Parts: sequence; structure tokens; C-alpha cells
Amino acid sequence: MEFIDYYKVLGIDKNASEEDIKKAYRKLARKLHPDLNPTDKEAHQKFQQVNEANEVLSDPEKRKKYDKHGKDWQHADQSGQQRHSRQQSGFPGGQSFQGGDDSDFSDFFESLFGGSGRSRQTKFRGQDYNATLSLNLTDILSTQQQTLTVNGKNIRITIPAGVENGQVIKLKGYGAPGINGGPAGDLYISFSIAPHPLFKRSGNDLYSNATIDLYTALLGGEITFETLTGKIKLKVNPETQPGTKIRVKGKGVPVYKKEGESGDLYITYDVQLPAKLTEEQKILFTELRKLS
Amino acid sequence: MAAEEMIPADEFCIHHHIEINFIHSVRESGLVEMTSRDEKIFVPVSQLAQLERLVRLYYEMDINLEGIETITYLLQRMNDMQQEILRLSNKLSIYEP
Repeated sequence: MEFIDYYKVLGIDKNASEEDIKKAYRKLARKLHPDLNPTDKEAHQKFQQVNEANEVLSDPEKRKKYDKHGKDWQHADQSGQQRHSRQQSGFPGGQSFQGGDDSDFSDFFESLFGGSGRSRQTKFRGQDYNATLSLNLTDILSTQQQTLTVNGKNIRITIPAGVENGQVIKLKGYGAPGINGGPAGDLYISFSIAPHPLFKRSGNDLYSNATIDLYTALLGGEITFETLTGKIKLKVNPETQPGTKIRVKGKGVPVYKKEGESGDLYITYDVQLPAKLTEEQKILFTELRKLS
Repeated sequence: MAAEEMIPADEFCIHHHIEINFIHSVRESGLVEMTSRDEKIFVPVSQLAQLERLVRLYYEMDINLEGIETITYLLQRMNDMQQEILRLSNKLSIYEP
């Protein structure tokens, strides 16, 4: 646990007046406050330190104690410790601006001041939790259930078929427990779908490539193609050009929360030219060239 | 239709140590939806988080209501753009090897 120079955090000198402290805090809060940086974790962390510095320096008693003990904070009086709560909202359904850690203050702060903050016996809504669930493309082809462990609690969730990469679902009441009988926060689960080496997804459609040999491309034929759900047979038309795209209806990704509906699969044909021609083949291709 | 729980605005003000004038101004700006009954203002529970956010911006960061309106608009735009970036990056992944 390291000593934290709160004056340095706020960018003020040790003789700063209350007004200077307030001004410095507001200036930094306007830049770093989580309300203004909802997705920036780094700003959240920085703001916690700014808030902690303000909490100490704007309170004459705490400031005095901090100034007195300074770097010898480990020998400071720790009497009357209780858990600190900085939140000021007092209604179920209200939302605190912090999220993530249980404690908003550093170990240094807790050691020096314990819980002598502005704790009140009002109800606070618990913090929201965020979790990321990694899935493969094949996982989203059907609705399935998974058990997640969030903060030591097992939660069984249903993952509807067709969820998008980056999609977030909210599980009400699965966040941190409320304080003083307040309601629990919510759990936000973000789905991260790993890219598939053979299939690319766009909305509900899938895109892939199939390699056909020169003769099938020229004369037509049938090939077997492995989709995400099994093998299918594809008819290749005569004189199929490289890059020809075909659509296989209903072989894409299921449409989110629309049972029985799926996108399409688009397959682009790559034509593989023969390599290492035999002498006989060379003669025949030469003949063909003369004919064309 | 389920009835929504309401918090009396004056009770909200007592808890947050703020003046009722602030609530009136917020209501006029349309930043938070509120209802009134018998000359009393009520805040729907679903709007509490937003109202508490405005209290923090106004009182902790000393930002006036015009500034808060601008911030709210810009944050909404930022959120919309992030959604758009996500949508486009999902689409772009088709073309990446």
C-alpha cells in the first residue's frame, strides 16, 4: 500500500484554500467524471483518486489528519472505523455513478480514515456488473443455456440463437446487492463472438468460399460443401466464372428472437487451375487455345 | 398497464440537499420526465438515475443547465456513434482475412 499525495492528485499546493480545492476538483471532475465518460475505465479509475483526494482535502478534519501524519499514515489513529459509502443517492432505482469495485477508496484511504465518511442509513441501489461472454459462431445457431459465474454466484442464462457480436443483455437484479436494503444492481452481459476461419457473418447472412476445379467450372457438375450445420450438395453450372456468388437460402444465422427464420449463406466460387500439366494436357490446352 | 412507482420531488430534494427550483428547471428543460398532481411534482422511478446524474453534473461539477443539455445531447450522439461503429465493424469483418 503506497502513500498517496492528494495535493498532487488535484494539482494544488499544500497551502491551497478550500476554494482552490473545490475549483481543482471541479475542473478534474468535468474531465474525468464517469457520467461524462461512461465507457472509459481509465477515466473512472483516475476519477476515483480525484474523488478520494477531494474527500480528504475538502474536509478540514480529514485534511488536518492527513497533513499531520503525511507519509507516516500507518501510525495514524484508526479508531471508529466503519465501511465508507460515498454514494449520495437515496432511492431504490437510482443509480450510483461508480461501478466495478466494491470499494471506491484506496487501501491508503481506508487505513487512514476507515469509514468515517458521509455514511447514511439510506437505501442504495447496488452497483451494476458487466461481464463478457465469449462464444463461437456455431454456439449461436441455436438457443442454449449457459451457467456463468459472476462474483462467485452461478447464474444460468438463456442465450437466444442469433445474438450479435457486441450485443448486450441486461439481467435485472443480478448486480451487486443493495446497501441498507436497497435493490440489487443489474448485470450487463456483452457477447463476444469469435471470428470463424471459414464463415464471415453480416447480420443474419453468412459468407464463405468454395474451391472448384477447372473442369467442373467449365463443364458443370456437383460439389459437396460443408456448412455450419452439415454437408450440402451444390450444383455448379457449366462455364461458372471465378468469383461467381451463389445463395443458399436459409443456411445463414437464425434471426434473433424469430424462431424458424434464418438468413442466407452466400458462397463464392474460387476456381483452382491445374498445376504440373502433363505433356498430353499441354497439347490439349494448346489445341483449345487455337480453337478459342 | 402496470403503474409506475413515483417519488415526490420534494422528498428527493431533501435527500440530496438541493433546492426544488432545480427540479422545476430540469422539468422545464425536458431533460427528465416528471408528472404533477395536486401541485406536487413526482419523479418516476425509471427517471431517477437520470435525475441523479443531473444533480451530480450541476452541483458537483458546477455545470449549468444549458451545459448539461449540451452534454446530454453529445453523450447520446456518442452512444449512437458507438453503436454504429460496432455495427460497421461487424460488417467489415466479412472482408478481413
